[in-house]
Amino acid sequence: MEIFEILLNVLSWIFVLVGSFLMVLGAIGILRFHGFWARLHAASVIESGGMIFLLAGMCLQAGDFLIFFKLAFIGLFLFITGPTSTHALASAALLDRSKPKKESN
Amino acid sequence: MKNVILSFTILLGTWLLLSGVYKTLIIAFGLFSVILTIFFVRRMDKFDRYQVKFDIRFFKFIGYFIWLLGEIAKSNIQVIKTILQGDKNINQKMFYKKTTQASDIGKVIFANSITLTPGTISVSIEGGDILVHSLNFKETDLDGLSEMDKRITNIEVSK
Amino acid sequence: MFLVATIALLISIIFILLRLYFSETLFDRVLAVNAFGTIAVVLIGVVGFLSNRPDFLDIALLYALINFLGTIAILKYFRYRSIGDINDISQNSSGEN
Repeated sequence: MEIFEILLNVLSWIFVLVGSFLMVLGAIGILRFHGFWARLHAASVIESGGMIFLLAGMCLQAGDFLIFFKLAFIGLFLFITGPTSTHALASAALLDRSKPKKESN
Repeated sequence: MKNVILSFTILLGTWLLLSGVYKTLIIAFGLFSVILTIFFVRRMDKFDRYQVKFDIRFFKFIGYFIWLLGEIAKSNIQVIKTILQGDKNINQKMFYKKTTQASDIGKVIFANSITLTPGTISVSIEGGDILVHSLNFKETDLDGLSEMDKRITNIEVSK
Repeated sequence: MFLVATIALLISIIFILLRLYFSETLFDRVLAVNAFGTIAVVLIGVVGFLSNRPDFLDIALLYALINFLGTIAILKYFRYRSIGDINDISQNSSGEN
């Protein structure tokens, strides 16, 4: 049992550190990029990578099924609504910009 | 009737798992709100007949989800490289991508997956085409998108 | 562990607030507010773990709901100049499905 707990702790340390790193990098990207469309991509690092890793790290430390379920619920909700609001934002910003010629590939 | 039983089970399960207080009064409140919600949803259905069909294979969807997590990790690394190098030499491009999904839910999953992987964003859906904005466009990106398209078409229930 | 995460999240919030202050267009601000909301949801959860109070997760869930609805409402207002029913979609929309 001892080994298992140490493994769990190490894994959640890794997840939380990677998640924090991605969050800071995404914020740096939002600050650093030029132009709205490039910043949109930097924000999606925060919304997918950082969020998933941090919530996964917290899930490993939950220790109670109800807390685990709540975290999973928050994760699932952000997983669905994050892209939806990004899409709505891009779609609203498209009105200010000319569309490319239509050629599918 | 099958839908009512299914939504009753899911809603009550969500209530029980989120509340964590198992007293008679609280569970009665939960039952009351679940029944009220189902009543409202049924009543709304009388006004607009638009039904959202969820025709996907569940187990294949789980497999796709795991594959998508791997793709998200890969494209996160690409975008982090771009963030660290700065955006002087990136090639932003907007292009149309053809979809092969038959149902609306398949298109929604495809567009959401495109947005979830950093580096590409679905801007709008026009009929059978998705307008995609790419941060650092390379010709190999199109192959990745085509594979994602193929996998999503695969999890749809074929008619 | 969660102390490190809290500090990292606060640093990213500072960066996003700087972007909000030096923003060029309206959509930059909405983008910054949306990213701020996502970070705030995670921050509330992390602080709950840091202080051993898992009740904070309920607040995080609620904040996630409000953040999504707020972003959608703001964008809908930008696009259609109305938050309620839209009667003349066909005039305004260009390729929205």
